[in-house]
Amino acid sequence: MKFKFVFPTLKKISAYGRGLLSTLGIIACSFALNTANAADSVNSTGLAVTDDTVTVGILHSVTGTMAISETGSVQAEKLAIKQINEMGGVLGRKIKYIQEDGASDWPTFAEKAKKLLVRDKVAAVFGCWTSASRKAVLPVFEQYNGMLYYPTFYEGLEQSPNVIYTGQEATQQIIAGIDWVVEKKGAKTFYLLGSDYIWPRTSNKIARKHIEKLGLKVVGEQYYPLGHTQFNSVINKIKLRKPDVIYAIVVGGSNVAFYKQLKAAGIDLRKEKPLLLTISVTEDEILGIGGENIEGAYAAMKYFQSLDNPNNKAFVKAFKEEYGENIVIGDVTQAAYLGPWLWKAAVEKAGSFDIDKVREASPGIELTTAPEGYVKIHPNHHLWSKTRVGLAQRDGQYKVVYETEELMEPDPFPEGYQ
Amino acid sequence: MFSEYTSSELVSIFAMQGFAGLILFSVFVLMALGLAIIFGQMGVINMAHGEFMILGAYMTYLTSNIFSNYLPGFYGIYFFIAMIVAFLAAGSLGALMEFSIIRHLYKRPLDTLLATWGISLIMQQTFRSVFGAREVGVTIPDWMMGSVPLTEMVEIPINGIFVMCLTVVISVSVYFLMYKSRFGGQVRAVVQNRPMAGAVGINTEKVDRVTFGLGCGIAGVAGSAFTMIGSTGPTAGQLYIVDTFLVVVFGGASSLLGTIASAFTISQAQSTMEFFLSGSMAKVLTLLTVVIILMLRPQGLFSLKIRK
Repeated sequence: MKFKFVFPTLKKISAYGRGLLSTLGIIACSFALNTANAADSVNSTGLAVTDDTVTVGILHSVTGTMAISETGSVQAEKLAIKQINEMGGVLGRKIKYIQEDGASDWPTFAEKAKKLLVRDKVAAVFGCWTSASRKAVLPVFEQYNGMLYYPTFYEGLEQSPNVIYTGQEATQQIIAGIDWVVEKKGAKTFYLLGSDYIWPRTSNKIARKHIEKLGLKVVGEQYYPLGHTQFNSVINKIKLRKPDVIYAIVVGGSNVAFYKQLKAAGIDLRKEKPLLLTISVTEDEILGIGGENIEGAYAAMKYFQSLDNPNNKAFVKAFKEEYGENIVIGDVTQAAYLGPWLWKAAVEKAGSFDIDKVREASPGIELTTAPEGYVKIHPNHHLWSKTRVGLAQRDGQYKVVYETEELMEPDPFPEGYQ
Repeated sequence: MFSEYTSSELVSIFAMQGFAGLILFSVFVLMALGLAIIFGQMGVINMAHGEFMILGAYMTYLTSNIFSNYLPGFYGIYFFIAMIVAFLAAGSLGALMEFSIIRHLYKRPLDTLLATWGISLIMQQTFRSVFGAREVGVTIPDWMMGSVPLTEMVEIPINGIFVMCLTVVISVSVYFLMYKSRFGGQVRAVVQNRPMAGAVGINTEKVDRVTFGLGCGIAGVAGSAFTMIGSTGPTAGQLYIVDTFLVVVFGGASSLLGTIASAFTISQAQSTMEFFLSGSMAKVLTLLTVVIILMLRPQGLFSLKIRK
C-alpha cells in the first residue's frame, strides 16, 4: 500500500534521484511489512498489542472494605510494570495498563473482568485478592480465554488453565509451619481459631489432619463471623484449655480486635505460653494491629520484608522510593509483584502474546530475581516456593527464624485433606 | 463438659466470663447511646453512625501522633484529650450535617435513611483519601494496656475497666442532660409535640441541631474508646452498625433505659453462648432470639406509654 502511494510522486523526479528514492521506498516498504508480520506473529488472536505497546489489566478493589488489603498488590504490580518498561518492555513493547476497580463487590469483579477481556482485549490481567472475587471472575476468564495472575495465599482446591497462582496454596503455608513448632518448640496441643469462611476453614482442616497424623491433639476449634470484634469469650476458653499453640487464621479488622484483646487479657505472646502461630497476619496487617500488640507471635509465610537477600533488598529499596519510606510490604504484595515478571518471562519464552502459547510456555518458567528468592511455575499453575517462619517484632517487622531447605511443591488437591 | 476441670478453675472461668459479658455490655451501650438519642428522640435513622465513630477513632489517631511528636511528656494522658477532640469533631460535623441535609428531610423519614447512607459512603471514601486505604494503628499508652491479675487464672483487662467507667460516666451524663436539665426538657417537649413546643417559645430547630450533634459526638467518643479494642480503618464503622441498630431497636427506639436493658440482655446472652457454642452459632442464636421477641413485641422491650 505504501509503495503505490510513494511511486507516482517519484515519476516527477530525475532519473538518478528516482533510482535512489525508489530503493529507499522499497526498503521502507519492506520494513513496514516486516513489522506488520511481526505484530501478527506475536499476536494472532487480536489482543491489544501494537508495534510498540501491549496493554494489560489491573483488577483490584481500591474502594470498599477490601481496599485495605488490595492496595499493596496494586502498588506492587504497577512497580513491576514500571521496572519492566525501564528495561525495554516485553518483546520490545512497552506495557500499558488499564486499571479497573472491583469495589470489594464480587459481581463487579466479574463485570470488570469481562470489560477488560472483551472490550480492552488485554493480554493479561493482574488481579483479585479474595477467593470470592477469584471464583466470580473465573468463568469469565475461561469463557473469553484470558490469563489471570492471582497473588493471594489461598485454600487451594482449584486449578484453572486461565489462572497462574503466584501465592501459596494452603499446604505450602501450613504443613512446614506446624512441623516447625512441633520439632523446635515441642508443641503437643493446638487450639485452632479462624474467621468463618472458606479459607480459614479449609486451612484448619488441613492443619487438623496434619496435627492428628503427627499423633498430637487439637483441643479446640472455633470460628467467628467476619468483622467480629469481641474475642473475650474465646480468650477465656483458650485460657481454660491451655494449648501449647494457638493457631490463628483471623482476618481483616477482626485481627486488630483479637490481638489487642489477647494482650489486654494478660496473654503475653513473648513468653510463648501459649505460642501463637498465624498464617493470616502480614506486615500490612501489623500496621493496624500495632507491633507492640503482636510482638512475639510467629507467622508462616513465604515472604517477609526483612528477608536478607540481594533481590529483596533491591525490591524493598525500589518500593520505598516509589511509595515512601514508611510503606510496608507483606507476603501478598510480593506475590503480586511476581505476576508481571512471570508473565513477561512466559511471553518471551513463547515468543508470542497469545494466551494459549503463554499458557503452554508457563510451566517451568523460573524467576531468579524474585524478592523471595527463586520461584518456578509448576505444571499445576502454582509456584514452587519456600515456607518461612517469622517472629513478630515490636517495630512491625518479622525476624525470619526458619526456612525450609527445599522449595515446597504446590499441591492444590492434597490427598486425604479434603 | 465441666468434669475435666477443677472447681477453682470453674470459679475463675465464671468470673472471667461474667466480666467479659460486662465489657461487651459497656461496649454495646457506648455504641448505641448516640444512635438511641438520634433515632429515639428525632426519629432519624442515622446510617452514618458507624462512620461518626470512626471519625472519633481517626481523631484519636491524630491526637496520638501530635502528642508523640510535640508533647511526648504528656503521652500518658493524651487519650483523655483525644476523647474531647473526638466529641467536638464528630459533634460539629453532625450538627453541620443536620443543618445542611437532615433538617430538610424531617417530614420524609425514609429519605433520611437514604441520605445518611449516602453520607456514610462519602465519609468512608473521604477517610480513605485522607488517611489511606490501610488500617492505621493507634498506639495506646502503656498503662491502659495489660491486665490486673487477681488470681493465677483471673485477670482483669485494664482497657475493659476503662470502657466500663467511661460508659457509666457517659450514661449518667446523658441521663442528667435528658431528664434533669432544661435542655432535656426542651428535647422531650419537641419530641412529643413539635408545633406546641414551638408555640411556647422553644427554638425547635436549634434543639434538633444540638440533639443531633450530641448523638454524633457520643458516637465519636465511643469510636475513640474502641481504638483500644478494635481496628481503625475507612470501613471499620460497618463492623459496629448492625449491633448498634440491634440494640436500639430491641430496646424500644424511644427509651434510653430500654437501650441499656437491651444492651445488657444481648451482651450477656451472646457472651454466655459464645462460651458454650462456636462464635458464629452464638451470633445466629442471638439474632434469632431477638427476631422472635420483636415479632411478639414489635415496640421493643421498653416503650413510651402514649395515647394512640
